[in-house]
Amino acid sequence: MNVNQHTPMAPPYGQPQPSYGQPGYGQPTYAPLDSGYPAPYTPHNGPASAYHPGIPPQGYSSFTSFPSKAMAANPISDPSSPLDLGPARGPPTSGPTPVQAASQYNQHSSGDMQNGPPPATQAPPRPPASLQYNPGGVNMSAQQPSFPQHYGPPPTMHQVTNQMTGMHISSGPPTPAGPGYAPPPSSQPPTSHYSAPPQPSYSQSHPPASSAPSQLPPSSAPAGSQQYYPSSAPPSQQPISSLPPTSQQRFVSPGQPQHTFPPSSTSYAGPAPPPTQPASTPVTQTQPPFLPHQPPFSSAPGGQPPAFTTGPPPPAQGSFPPQAPPPSSQPGSFPPPSSVSSGQYPSSMPPPQQPPQSQPPTYHPGPPPPQAQMPPTSIGQSNHQPPGPQGPPSPTGPLQQPPLQQGMQTGYPPQHNGAFGQPRSPQPGYGGPYQGQPNYGAPAPTPQAQKRLDPDAIPSPIQVIEDDKAKTTEPFTTGVRGQAPPLVTTNFQVKDQGNASPRFVRCTAYNMPCTADMAKQSQVPLAAVIKPLAILPPDETPPYLVDHGEGGPIRCNRCKAYMCPYMQFIEGGRRFQCSFCSCVTEVPPHYFQHLDHTGRRVDCYDRPELSLGSYEFLATVDYCKNNKIPQPPAYIFLIDVSYNAVKSGLVSIICQELKSLLDHLPRENPEMDSVIRVGFVTYNKVLHFYNVKSSLAQPQMLVVSDVSDMFVPLLDGFLVNVNESRQVIESLLDQIPEMFADTRETETVFGPVIQAGLEALKAADCAGKLFVFHTSLPIAEAPGKLKNREDKKLIGTDKEKSLFQPQAGFYNNLAKECVTQGCCVDLFLFPNQYVDVATLGVVPVSTGGSIYKYTYFQAESDQERFLNDLRRDVQKPVGFDAVMRVRTSTGIRATDFFGSFFMNNTTDVELAGLDCDKAITVEFKHDDKLSEETGALMQCAVLYTSCSGQRRLRIHNMAVNCCSQLADLYRNCETDTIINFLSKYAFRGVLNNPTKAVRDTLVNQCAQILACYRKNCASPSSAGQLILPECMKLLPVYLNCVLKSDVLLPGADVSLDDRAYLRQLISCMDVAETHVFFYPRLLPLVKLESGALPVAVRDSEERLSKGGVYLLETGLHLFLWVGASVQQELLLNIFGTPSFGQIDSSMTSLPVLENPISQRLREIIDSFRAQRSRYMKLILVKQEDRAELMFKHFLVEDKSASGGASYVDFLCHMHKEIRQLLS
Amino acid sequence: MTTYQEFIQQNEDRDGVRFSWNLWPSSRLEATRLVVPVSCLFTPLKERPDLPPVQYEPVLCSRANCKAVLNPLCQVDFRAKVWACNFCFQRNPFPPSYAGISEVNQPAELMPQFSTIEYIVQRGPQTPLIFLYVVDTCLEEEDLQALKGSLQMSLSLLPPNALVGLITFGRMVQVHELSCEGIAKSYVFRGTKDLTSKQIQVVPWLPRMPLHRAGRREATRHPSLFLQPIHRVDMNLTDLLGELQRDPWPVPQGKRPLRSTGVALSVAVGLLEGTFPNTGARVMLFVGGPPTQGPGMVVGDELKIPIRSWHDIQKDNARHLKKATKFYEALGNRSAANGHSIDIYACALDQTGLLEMKCLSNLTGGHIVMGDSFNTSLFTQTFQGVFSKDHNGDFRMAFGGVLEIKTSRELKVCGAIGPCVSLNSKGPYVSENEMGIGGTNQWKMCSLTPSSTLGIYLEVVNQHNAPIPQGGRGAIQFVTQYQHSNTQKRIRVTTITRNWADAQSQIQHIESSFDQEAAAVLMARLGVFRAESEEGPDVLRWLDRQLIRLCQKFGQYNKEDPTSFRLSESLSLYPQFMFHLRRSPFLQVFNNSPDESSYYRHHFTRQDLTQSLIMIQPILYSYSFHGPPEVSLAPPTHPYRVCFVLQTIAQWQKAGYQEMPEYQNFKQLLKAPQDDANDILETRFPMPRYINTEHGGSQARFLLSKVNPSQTHNNLYAWGQESGAPILTDDVSLQVFMDHLKKLAVSSSA
Repeated sequence: MNVNQHTPMAPPYGQPQPSYGQPGYGQPTYAPLDSGYPAPYTPHNGPASAYHPGIPPQGYSSFTSFPSKAMAANPISDPSSPLDLGPARGPPTSGPTPVQAASQYNQHSSGDMQNGPPPATQAPPRPPASLQYNPGGVNMSAQQPSFPQHYGPPPTMHQVTNQMTGMHISSGPPTPAGPGYAPPPSSQPPTSHYSAPPQPSYSQSHPPASSAPSQLPPSSAPAGSQQYYPSSAPPSQQPISSLPPTSQQRFVSPGQPQHTFPPSSTSYAGPAPPPTQPASTPVTQTQPPFLPHQPPFSSAPGGQPPAFTTGPPPPAQGSFPPQAPPPSSQPGSFPPPSSVSSGQYPSSMPPPQQPPQSQPPTYHPGPPPPQAQMPPTSIGQSNHQPPGPQGPPSPTGPLQQPPLQQGMQTGYPPQHNGAFGQPRSPQPGYGGPYQGQPNYGAPAPTPQAQKRLDPDAIPSPIQVIEDDKAKTTEPFTTGVRGQAPPLVTTNFQVKDQGNASPRFVRCTAYNMPCTADMAKQSQVPLAAVIKPLAILPPDETPPYLVDHGEGGPIRCNRCKAYMCPYMQFIEGGRRFQCSFCSCVTEVPPHYFQHLDHTGRRVDCYDRPELSLGSYEFLATVDYCKNNKIPQPPAYIFLIDVSYNAVKSGLVSIICQELKSLLDHLPRENPEMDSVIRVGFVTYNKVLHFYNVKSSLAQPQMLVVSDVSDMFVPLLDGFLVNVNESRQVIESLLDQIPEMFADTRETETVFGPVIQAGLEALKAADCAGKLFVFHTSLPIAEAPGKLKNREDKKLIGTDKEKSLFQPQAGFYNNLAKECVTQGCCVDLFLFPNQYVDVATLGVVPVSTGGSIYKYTYFQAESDQERFLNDLRRDVQKPVGFDAVMRVRTSTGIRATDFFGSFFMNNTTDVELAGLDCDKAITVEFKHDDKLSEETGALMQCAVLYTSCSGQRRLRIHNMAVNCCSQLADLYRNCETDTIINFLSKYAFRGVLNNPTKAVRDTLVNQCAQILACYRKNCASPSSAGQLILPECMKLLPVYLNCVLKSDVLLPGADVSLDDRAYLRQLISCMDVAETHVFFYPRLLPLVKLESGALPVAVRDSEERLSKGGVYLLETGLHLFLWVGASVQQELLLNIFGTPSFGQIDSSMTSLPVLENPISQRLREIIDSFRAQRSRYMKLILVKQEDRAELMFKHFLVEDKSASGGASYVDFLCHMHKEIRQLLS
Repeated sequence: MTTYQEFIQQNEDRDGVRFSWNLWPSSRLEATRLVVPVSCLFTPLKERPDLPPVQYEPVLCSRANCKAVLNPLCQVDFRAKVWACNFCFQRNPFPPSYAGISEVNQPAELMPQFSTIEYIVQRGPQTPLIFLYVVDTCLEEEDLQALKGSLQMSLSLLPPNALVGLITFGRMVQVHELSCEGIAKSYVFRGTKDLTSKQIQVVPWLPRMPLHRAGRREATRHPSLFLQPIHRVDMNLTDLLGELQRDPWPVPQGKRPLRSTGVALSVAVGLLEGTFPNTGARVMLFVGGPPTQGPGMVVGDELKIPIRSWHDIQKDNARHLKKATKFYEALGNRSAANGHSIDIYACALDQTGLLEMKCLSNLTGGHIVMGDSFNTSLFTQTFQGVFSKDHNGDFRMAFGGVLEIKTSRELKVCGAIGPCVSLNSKGPYVSENEMGIGGTNQWKMCSLTPSSTLGIYLEVVNQHNAPIPQGGRGAIQFVTQYQHSNTQKRIRVTTITRNWADAQSQIQHIESSFDQEAAAVLMARLGVFRAESEEGPDVLRWLDRQLIRLCQKFGQYNKEDPTSFRLSESLSLYPQFMFHLRRSPFLQVFNNSPDESSYYRHHFTRQDLTQSLIMIQPILYSYSFHGPPEVSLAPPTHPYRVCFVLQTIAQWQKAGYQEMPEYQNFKQLLKAPQDDANDILETRFPMPRYINTEHGGSQARFLLSKVNPSQTHNNLYAWGQESGAPILTDDVSLQVFMDHLKKLAVSSSA
């Protein structure tokens, strides 16, 4: 599952592992399980715990995710876990994670079907057990099936754990294994196991470990052992709680390792767990159930430490099972679990710290334990179980019953598991999770806990991010081919040594498969996300401008590739061979230079085009439209002055702002005035043009009422230089609001507005940008008139796709014209109702423009956001009339493009405008074999007109390695980029396919990617194990976020416009933006005084502490969440009020208070805003306030109100898919 | 009553009426044998300083389909307080206000000297006059400056409460909003788009009109944004005109500027239609060239393709002609239906498309002025003339005139020719036989001046076997309702009567009652009217035949002996008029551009008798140069110079040059002994085209061709026209013409 992480999981299990190992993966355990639910659980737990130990070591980094470990790691976490439960895993990020994980598990198990499912799965196998369960969760039945799946995954998890080790290897090349193993050490038995098993053969190792754990479990309950092995046996057991356990196990194993790492982080330590618990309980349905269970666990954790240390883990597992079944006998069960968990926690605690620092070593030695714990959290496992789908149902039967039913249902899944290996550790895993849960358990209901995977045991994005940050200390140099850059979330400096900076180009894979077959087999998308005009940080040099003289840039004769570092000079420098097409071209005399003994030109380092990855050429007149040097571009502001716009204050805001904004038009030389000319149009049902010629005493207004055939009524004086016409312009901007102050016109046009701007640019024979400020559906009689077609009944049907398509072909044609003219359209929407963004957006999207949407715009609250967006949009560097072409070396070629642009043919990406925030995703396909020696080259050339009217070519070169081994491919992928590609691919897919089909396709592709890895790269292990490649271990969680996005899975309150808006927005996002969009950044506001940002926590309610304040950022939204029982002091510091009740939830900016916390918080908010291309309005969310619903929407690891799976549930589901593929 | 001449003069002075026959043949058969129909030239608003309007409503016959106005010809029973309608013989009681009536206390309308009487009536709200300037901006800078000056000047001439509006056009059409402050606002229309009236109504011509139901009255109370009282926007408008720029769109070499005259007019008409229907308004169009784009386009913008000539038209080679004509006709009719008139002031060296646009003015009673440049005193003076005032200080213009004709039952109305449109009022007075604009007894004249004159054609319907009793009289009542320039609604009623005469027994009387001047003009109008729709030669042939028949009827001659041919005094000049008419630019297109022909015809069909005669036979006045006025031909000994100058003078007269000090000598020259002529000249509003005629060159072609046809330039205009002339051609002198006429008249075969 968590793959590498899983390995960590193993560690967590580690402790339990013993049991697991013993169980021999649980089969034994399963058997036990069969005997008695409790037993199964326990066994599971046991195993889990065992694993944890083992896993933790492995997992450090990756494994951290493993809940089990986490669980174990922090007793503290336990408290947190409860909290988590309540809040919903919010805390997970750091210390809390473990706990949370645990809680999650609990929740899942209890509340979520997942838990149930696991049981269910077990149930099937075990009639009796199932029976028991059945009683509990009747409702669950439907969900149950899902559970099974989940379970399925869990088993894998176990394997994963094993794999994890392997994973580690793969991912963290060396470290993984080491760490992972290390963790095991942490967990006493497990550690050993881990250490032993880890690298060698995780699976094997695990077994041993498990055996140990199993032993433990046995003590507590056979289930534990079963779980591990159970994978096989589990089915039977699974029905009971076992299934969940299995999942847990899986998770655990994988997750644990990871978790271990995370755990290492303090997060586990104390923070979250305790606080969260309280809150958590209420949070999600699933959670509640968990809570119950958890509470016991938690309690257990509390005193557990000892227990954990040794047998506890197993017991814990055992306990879980018991718990689940016993709901009644939770207490008893709890203890064990708790103990287990506690054991984990403790271990985790230590590990966290260690892991982060020196994962490998630490893990092995000290870290392991902690890590192990982390893994133990094996939350992963629990998560797996939760796989959510079932989870939801479970909520109904928070109690054990649900689980039972789930179990029943899951029973099916179990079967699957069974297929894979019923025993699949799932059960054990679950057990693990449960154990973890136990910790949480204290807070959460036990039953669920049983089934759940420990959220902390599954791969944690936060951990990965933090690890990458920690790892990145040196500037990233681009000279090494095939080297993946640090993550987008990491701050790093780039040194251009021949390949384009990752700020310009990011690839999904830095080691491309040599053949199409391989590519097809792996299903890993080969794509690059290119942001051609990205702005570099101040400490990096912007691309140099190269002038090759009148002849223009030197290019290959055949493929026309531009001179770049890849060109090979031969014959003493008289010719060069193109590395893209191998054609030999004469070097023009003026460009000739001698070669040195290595065959490089002597002036190699004097010429950017020979030594750098990114640079610019000055284009000659041959590169200009109509062979004419372009005119400076123009900006035209088109302002809706209909009743709505005037009444909301929009018109006066715009006019007021423009007065100062016009002084900040883009320019290349800050010393000079911008050469961009401006023009103004207002409109409602008719258009008003303004003559602002400098010679006029006052502006002249020209009204065009005939909108059916748009034209520009004036030639001279429409587009003017700001400085020359300043007085007239100011007079105009003063008068516009007055003129329309008492307008009654409510109807607007839209098509003619763009036509007007287009015609104006045509008349002036220049490119430019239109800023359209629009409020309503254009229903006035005119070309492009639209009707209201918002029909919620279509959602979910085959016709849903039509809602994303423009309703009139008019705009497509218009867009085409705009592109031809180099007319880029930026659209600012201020709708109070449906405006059909899907249609209105056609032109902006096709012209490289942007859409900004301010629903229910109110001057007071939205002005700031709008103005900041406007300022940035007007000021940002932009190129016009651009054409982008991506050339590649023989063997691959660019086949598909995603973004805001227009294409007339299959190769040229035409962008009327291209600003610094726009990214284009390019997909590559093989058309021949690639060679490992030469690698694959790509050159992206963007021909554009700069804001000063200069024609230029920006070149980005990128070389990647090629591989003939799939393992190499999986070692050098970048999940964030893959998600960027997949989301764009999917969001385009909804235009032509039912969203369900799109979702299925996504899931399927990811399953294939992971299955391919599992099959070809991972060390052999039980089919029940989920093994994820290290660099893709976050793929499931991120993919789940994509699947849950409003576009693909709309909630009832999401308007069609919102979806269309997001769809278009994402199409041109770069990797950093998609990352934060899909997985928001959730910062706990603790220790604000210090300079560094607090470490983020995972996006789950469990991670939120009722007593805390959190900042959540999505790139579009910024929430400040305030817990209900937040400390008074914090309130005073931030809001200046001592009472939670007195906080004004409508505030959009924080009061300026003279204390370090307030200052720092505001600094953080400002820095967040500065990072994003769009200004984020601060939305204050008070816990249990109505607005919290919206906030919760962004807690993407939880189940979403619209039916999106929780991370845990989804992971289980994914595991099931993978197993199906593998079978 | 002494002579017919005096009688005619007296009648004209009093009633503004001149009949072709002052005794009417008593039967249809006899009437047709007289060749020249019973008809009259009627000047509805002839200036009558001595006629103060009465301030009450006219008394109408109570018969529904009669409604004739009480007049001196009615029989009145003072005791019974009853009067009998002299048209339908209905007996009507006097209204209560006439209770005090008696033989010694008669209301004015019963007194014989008030055969023409004017009532001021209170009907509807008084609406200010409306002047909508439609200005071409594709002018040379000089022209534009001059035009701006003239327009600004004209603002001072307008009554303060008059509403003004401004539309400018070039490639685009701009309607300027005059009420806005701080920012000059205008609505712009694309010059190529044929706007439907609905599309034009998209513009909020009337901001926030409360209720459409409230109807027209409401409309008038809420002045449009685009039509504002001059006293309120005087400064604004002056500035606006001052800032007026030439059309900014570049005109590539070899192209004409794009001029959207059609759309501009369409917008102007739509604007008025939407805001002030049925209110007196003048659209004043100033153009410096032909429409080159959009609806109403007369010629493309390629300079290499010249504007259509008569030659092209005859070859059916004028691509845009029909379409443009149709467009402007539709526009003219719309405008007329709303009572708005359209003036065209066209100043350019080349044609401006008057041929196509003429109907705008013809249908709505607007002026057409043709000149070479706006930067000439000719235009300036003429334009000022539009705003000339009468002795009361009122503009010499009236709006929304409706002329209704009622006749005795022996007569019916065949039609009218002049600046009017039919109101399609069918009734007992309407003849089936149409002459001119027929089929109705009511016409609308959107704009009237004191000299606007209609040719009214009647038909005697009395059957030959139903003789009219001796001493019977026929009567005709002209009822003209109009809006006076001081915004009063007025009704002028003219009732005239003539004796019936038996053509067999009283042919001499009838002959002596012949008004040859009126007859010539009336026949000329018929001819011109026909020329609009028929081939030139056909019209000439028809005119010739009419002339010959008339000569045959009234001439004294021996058969087959031309030398014996004599005409009585009352007909003696008639053939000469016809001779000149045939050669006049009204019927001859040779040497005239289509625009010029349209221009002449336009003026000819609206001027009163004196002016019309001058136009037919300018030489008549030219002779005054050498001596006392006399009706004779130019002596052959002074062919060139004399004709040349005289022709010019005639043209200048029309221009009103005689009123300018620097042309005092000409004024002297022109001081013809005929006082009538002078009066007319002063009030006349003509605009000659060729002020530089004496300089020779191409402009002299008219004169040359007239003086000595044998030296005619065979320029491409009108080439081929000559060959088709059936009997007589331009290359004959009057003498030859007369000889031919005599020969034909006496010929028994004719």
